[in-house]
Order: sequence, then C-alpha cells, then structure tokens
Amino acid sequence: MSEQVSVKVQEADFDLGAELDGFGAGFADMGAVVSFTGIVRDVDGGLEAMEIEHYPGMTLKALEDIAAQAMARWSLGGVKVIHRYGRLVPSDRIMMVATASRHRKDAFEAAEFLMDYLKSRAPFWKKEHLKSGAQWVAARDEDEAALERW
Amino acid sequence: MDVLYFAWVRERIGLPKERVATDAATVRDLVAELAAREERYEAAFADLSALRVALDQELSDFDAPLAGVREVAFFPPMTGG
Repeated sequence: MSEQVSVKVQEADFDLGAELDGFGAGFADMGAVVSFTGIVRDVDGGLEAMEIEHYPGMTLKALEDIAAQAMARWSLGGVKVIHRYGRLVPSDRIMMVATASRHRKDAFEAAEFLMDYLKSRAPFWKKEHLKSGAQWVAARDEDEAALERW
Repeated sequence: MDVLYFAWVRERIGLPKERVATDAATVRDLVAELAAREERYEAAFADLSALRVALDQELSDFDAPLAGVREVAFFPPMTGG
C-alpha cells in the first residue's frame, strides 16, 4: 500500500466514524490506527460559541508540512488531518488527526507530534464568545514548550 | 506588497488586508513604518513578543529581509488544535 497523506481545512462538520473507517480500510498492512478528536469544551457553562479564524493561503500548506514531517520521522502508512474553521458551539468537533502504522508506537507518537505542532504552528486562532463577552484564546507557554520534546 | 492581519491584530487595526508601498528592508523596518502611521497601528505593534509574522505564507521572524516578498502577515501566536 502506498503512503497516504490527507489534509483538509473546512467549515463543515465531518463524520468521524466514516473518516476513520475510510482511513483504516486503506491499509491492509498496517496494524494500528490512532486518532485524536478535538472538541469545543465549555468548562464553566459560560461559552456560547467558539469562532475559529484561519489564514486561508497558508493553512493547508502548514498542515501538509507538519504531516510530511510526521511521515518522514515515523514509520507510517498514512496521516489524516481535518481542521474546521468558523463558528462552532460546545460539543462540536473542531479537528481530528489519525495515523496508521504497522505497530502502535509509531502511530501514537506521530499523533502526539501532529497535535503539538498543530497547536502552535498551524495558522488558526480561537475566539471564545462567552456570556460575559468575547475574548481571543491566548497561546499557552506549555504548548510552545511541548514542541521541545520533538 | 500585501499586508494581512489576523485575529486581534486585525481587530485592533480595523482591516484584514491592505496594499502597502514600502522600501523597508526588514520586517522590523516595516513594523516601524506601520506603527508610526496611526495610534491603532501603534497599539497593534506595541509588543512584538506577542506577535508572529509570516512572509509569503511561511513563518518567519522580525529580522528577515523583505526583498522579493509579496505577502506579509501579522498575527498573534497560533491556537490551533
């Protein structure tokens, strides 16, 4: 099976089950598929919506670059990334990554690498619309520090 | 060149994109020119440590040269995922 990288940036929701079924079905020689799904959370009951802005000209290239780095670094059959933008509400899916490998270690590590890089190196910005007003989500120092692991 | 702004930088300056004629040699020189224009630009560029820059859609830094660059984008640290 040839290597597969699929990266999508879209406003619409995606069907997680169908995406994973399609992804896993492409790899007869891969024993492990790992996936992560990011969901809009409302910790204090005050979040009305999460608005995600992105840089259309750059986003896809940045995601493809991150996916290519993962493919180069781990023994993977494929990588899938879907990231949404626009106005989302609590419990909506924001994004997913999936990785396929022969053995689970590569798939787990590559998925974590993808998430760490997506957080700080893909041009998305989140704005929380709270009952008390709107605010841009600040990047966390831990997110930048997480990259040092790799 | 085209200069793009995202997230709170866009809100503070009040527009997403503009065409800028400049002889600035580096990103830092361009920032100084923009910041000198009006208070809203000065406010947006007050703390460069809170900003990131991309040149022709690749992450770069404030000391990078602008020769040949067609698109500059300023934005806060990214919060994807």
